[in-house]
Amino acid sequence: MYKIVKKTKLNSLVELMEIHAPYVARKCEPGQFIIIRVDEDGERVPLTIADYDREKETVTIIYQIVGYTTELLSKKEEGDYVEDFVGPLGQPSPLHKCERVIGVAGGVGAAPLYPQLRKLAKMGVPVDVIIGGKSAEFVILKELFEEFCDNVYIATDDGSLGTKGFVTTVLEERINSGTKYDEVITIGPLIMMKNVVKLTKEYDIPTAVSLNPIMIDGTGMCGGCRVSVGGETKFACVDGPDFDGFKVDFDECMQRQGMFREEEHQCKIGRGM
Amino acid sequence: MANMSLKKVAMPEQDPNVRNKNFDEVALGYTKEMAMEEATRCLNCKNKPCVNGCPVNVPIPEFIAKVAEGDFEGAYEVITSENALPAICGRVCPQENQCEGKCVRGIKGEPVGIGRMERFVADWHMANAKPAEVKIEKNGKKVAVVGCGPAGITCAGELIKKGYDVTVFEALHKPGGVLSYGIPEFRLPKDLVAKEIESVQKLGVDIETNVIVGRSITIDELMEDGYEAVFVGSGAGLPRFLNIPGENHLGVYSANEFLTRVNLMKGYKFPECPTPVKVGKKVAVVGAGNVAMDAARTAKRLGAEEVYIVYRRSEEEAPARLEELHHAKEEGIIFKFLNNPVAIKADESGWVNQMEIVKQELGEPDESGRRSPHPVEGSNYDLDVDTVIIAIGQSPNPLIRQTTPGLDTQRWGGIIVDEETMKTSKDGVYAGGDTVTGAATVILAMGAGKKAAAAIDRQLQGE
Repeated sequence: MYKIVKKTKLNSLVELMEIHAPYVARKCEPGQFIIIRVDEDGERVPLTIADYDREKETVTIIYQIVGYTTELLSKKEEGDYVEDFVGPLGQPSPLHKCERVIGVAGGVGAAPLYPQLRKLAKMGVPVDVIIGGKSAEFVILKELFEEFCDNVYIATDDGSLGTKGFVTTVLEERINSGTKYDEVITIGPLIMMKNVVKLTKEYDIPTAVSLNPIMIDGTGMCGGCRVSVGGETKFACVDGPDFDGFKVDFDECMQRQGMFREEEHQCKIGRGM
Repeated sequence: MANMSLKKVAMPEQDPNVRNKNFDEVALGYTKEMAMEEATRCLNCKNKPCVNGCPVNVPIPEFIAKVAEGDFEGAYEVITSENALPAICGRVCPQENQCEGKCVRGIKGEPVGIGRMERFVADWHMANAKPAEVKIEKNGKKVAVVGCGPAGITCAGELIKKGYDVTVFEALHKPGGVLSYGIPEFRLPKDLVAKEIESVQKLGVDIETNVIVGRSITIDELMEDGYEAVFVGSGAGLPRFLNIPGENHLGVYSANEFLTRVNLMKGYKFPECPTPVKVGKKVAVVGAGNVAMDAARTAKRLGAEEVYIVYRRSEEEAPARLEELHHAKEEGIIFKFLNNPVAIKADESGWVNQMEIVKQELGEPDESGRRSPHPVEGSNYDLDVDTVIIAIGQSPNPLIRQTTPGLDTQRWGGIIVDEETMKTSKDGVYAGGDTVTGAATVILAMGAGKKAAAAIDRQLQGE
């Protein structure tokens, strides 16, 4: 059992938890993820690590309440326990020194992007970030990014904060502004990452994406998370979750993400949610 | 005078057409009377060929003699002197190739039903025996075991009895390894697996779940933490795919994923248990080993109307146990031997709708000793399917070899060991089971765990 030492609501759908998990906290690096199981018989759900504290032996996760399991998790309070919490899983992000990097996050994608950009900043790389959300309410971690990013740009669908429009609109503006970016790191919904990559390909700016496909064990055992990268099948859990965005077959990813859509719905209904 | 009946006392089973709709155990087990009657078929041979056939050397005639006397607890003690998991072995060992394969009675008629009696004895013990107090003198030395499957549990059980402090690290949330995630409930009930593991825990073995050695902690770090030896029994968990077009379409599973969803995550209870498993009306399982049979029979139980086994060789080469093939046939699984899939096709939404197959004919034996299949030109056809399960084998997980400097492995990933001691190229590190051999049997893994425990004991006692 793993204790929830802190719980905060970031907006009406997104919550943050700090969980006491010594093995994960001691070893994890930006880009890696964990698998959580809320209760006995529960699903195994992968979540990217948002932060960690090696001394307190805690790991921070940020999740959006989207389905049965995240709703169940949301019912847990500070001081409660979750059944299982395992990791760190996946490869750490291959961060390296360069002239300037821009991060592009959509929704809860800001959470896994945060430790990556922070680490780059610590390595002395100047970083900018674009955070996107439906509206001002759904733009998360802005203040945290402001601590180390040179520029924090916001894009919202309704224009309630920052630019009205998509993150790609802002990204294109930034690229055309004359600022030279060596690399883009984008994390968010598949369709957003696909569009970011479409744009960065035009400008030939290497782009890393982080995938979070359906998986069970997270250790290479089930193969459910397979993804076509440059024509080869990779397992996101052990080969990723970060990949070269130019090589990822996003359409296949989007199809595979929907494999259990009916069941996800049925599960919530069947269990009175 | 021994009972000279040519046939084993029959094993009661659920009717095929009833059981292919439920997940209850297929074979129901002997009664006391049946076990005692079967025991009288043993000739108690002097040279005990059956014992030589057993990877863990259970003194088989001795336990059978106890069964014949009706001393079932005595029989249990005899078996468990060499085998910590009799209820499991009685169910899933390929006895026909091991103890029973060597039985003299098998020359004319059926061999003695050793597996069935072993199962009876273990079940009788679980139902009737009072737990005995065991006192073990500790020797103050710590050993780590990686992986809580058959090899790891056996190694841990042996070492704890010798006085070591033993911690088993398991990557999943539940102990048991393949016994928990792979073998289905109808062949090996999970509460029974839990009980056999508990019996090892009662001896003092500490099982830490949710620790992935290679990620959460490395073998070198375990040794820095004071573990004087490490046994790696991390299994063969990495699924192989066919590498044919269309394998990433929706509705294509590895057998590992399919069985894990059902067994470990209890997908058959969806939505009561929230992990879904989707099975269509027409399911093709590729491969003909035990895992393929498990997947096919599971798919049938989940409501598939037609379940095919698609295998490129003939029935003779099928690696599954005879009993599994037989049970699958009884339950209505359709066998397509000498059929090799070459592509998986999908509809517009990406869901599987057909599998393209080329018929095969057998040629000369290949390096595995089995006759190798060759395509029959122009024999391609499309089989309508909406679910495909790939069950063509598993390789060892790479996490440990990637994170353990000095550990030599085969090109295909298996850890290289000295076969007598299970010692690896790295000092203090031993390995056994599927991670060494590639996917094999529960009992071979147990045998390896046992051998390694003896060698670890010798090393740590400075012999």
